[in-house]
Amino acid sequence: MTKRIFVFGMLIGLGAIFIDLLLSYTPDSALNQTARYYAERTATDLGAANIVAAVIVTYRGLDTLGEVTVLFLTAAILVMVLYRDHGIGINKIPNRFLPPTGEMLGTGSRLLVPLILLMGVYLFANGHLTPGGGFQGGAIIASAVLLLLLTNPNQTFNLQLFSLTESISGIGFVVIGVLGMFFAGGFLDNRIFPIGQLGELFSAGAIPVIYTLIGLKVGAEFSSILVHLSEEKEES
Amino acid sequence: MVLVVLAAGFMLILLGLYGALIHRNILHMIVSFSVADTGVNLVLIAVGYMPGRTAPILDSNVSVADAVERIIDPVPQALVLTAIVIGVGVTALMLAYAYRLYQTKGTLDISKFTELKW
Amino acid sequence: MSGLLSFMSFVICVALVGAAWVAIRSTSLPMAILAAGLVSLLASLMFLILAAPDVAMTEAAIGCGLTTFLFFFVLGRVRGGEHD
Repeated sequence: MTKRIFVFGMLIGLGAIFIDLLLSYTPDSALNQTARYYAERTATDLGAANIVAAVIVTYRGLDTLGEVTVLFLTAAILVMVLYRDHGIGINKIPNRFLPPTGEMLGTGSRLLVPLILLMGVYLFANGHLTPGGGFQGGAIIASAVLLLLLTNPNQTFNLQLFSLTESISGIGFVVIGVLGMFFAGGFLDNRIFPIGQLGELFSAGAIPVIYTLIGLKVGAEFSSILVHLSEEKEES
Repeated sequence: MVLVVLAAGFMLILLGLYGALIHRNILHMIVSFSVADTGVNLVLIAVGYMPGRTAPILDSNVSVADAVERIIDPVPQALVLTAIVIGVGVTALMLAYAYRLYQTKGTLDISKFTELKW
Repeated sequence: MSGLLSFMSFVICVALVGAAWVAIRSTSLPMAILAAGLVSLLASLMFLILAAPDVAMTEAAIGCGLTTFLFFFVLGRVRGGEHD
């Protein structure tokens, strides 16, 4: 009972702070200095139409590198936690009993998986022009893997391929960042390739390349997280 | 309108914390954390919003010259994008640890794990 | 901001808090997980109204899609333990 009173007291205190913040909130009427810089300079300096993509990939590219590293660590620790007794490997029950997959799911997944993959690739290839980008495209690619997994839970995936894709795109990301130090203004500068015309597919320098690498990496990481969590492990 | 969204975001944070504190099942606690996570993202986006402006994407409607007057702040959006991706990573780790705890004790009740209790 | 959009965002916010209440208070775990997915979906609609299409897309794909399935995969692994 004391615990309940303690919890409610804490929540009421936090709620008072929130209400105070809410009542004293006044929306800005103009962009602040940083946002003004991004709004004015992105199109001329970097050639990207989507300013959010420019902020993520170039202006704050180091943050994104850290974020991708966190995702990689998550996938690695997940495998370590789930397979501590058996070592890394696929040890599911070979033919565990499952209700048969419906005709609709099977046919639907054969029809939809290529389209979903195409949608993911479209999203990260056009990340510098339209809403979308590496993270969204990667998640959509992982949802194609999820659909395959739902259709046939006993399916084995080539985990080597996932980890190979992930490593190669991660190394590519860092290599492009380092190339920016030699051929352009600094680490992860996108002007190592020509900037081109604003609004065209091959524009904005290295942003589409980096976003494609991020998309492949995030897709492989989310897919391996899903595959490892869905796998049934043999009780020992 | 922004005030309504801010209030809803703060409400989600409070509800998530309340759920995480009163539940004893670990999976219920993780669900509560993910609700609070969504609330924080909602508050951040609502703070970055300015009435009457559009998304920070330059196209035929928003030219380069009048971008400063027409678009909203892109920085909170980039932050929240990062936060969502990190959030799902944290959720996946919490779920894996919860499964590991279930394997060792055969239960998900947090009050049964008394090794570190004093 | 037109009146219709304001009204829509008000309705979505009320639904958001309602879904969060179901997610917190429901005693059935699948119900709570689905309600948390609904919270994410409504939040993604709200992000779209607040002029953040990038964030809306991420929330719909990751917060609503992948997270819900991660929860269900773990729920399938802990058969029998979810009633504690």
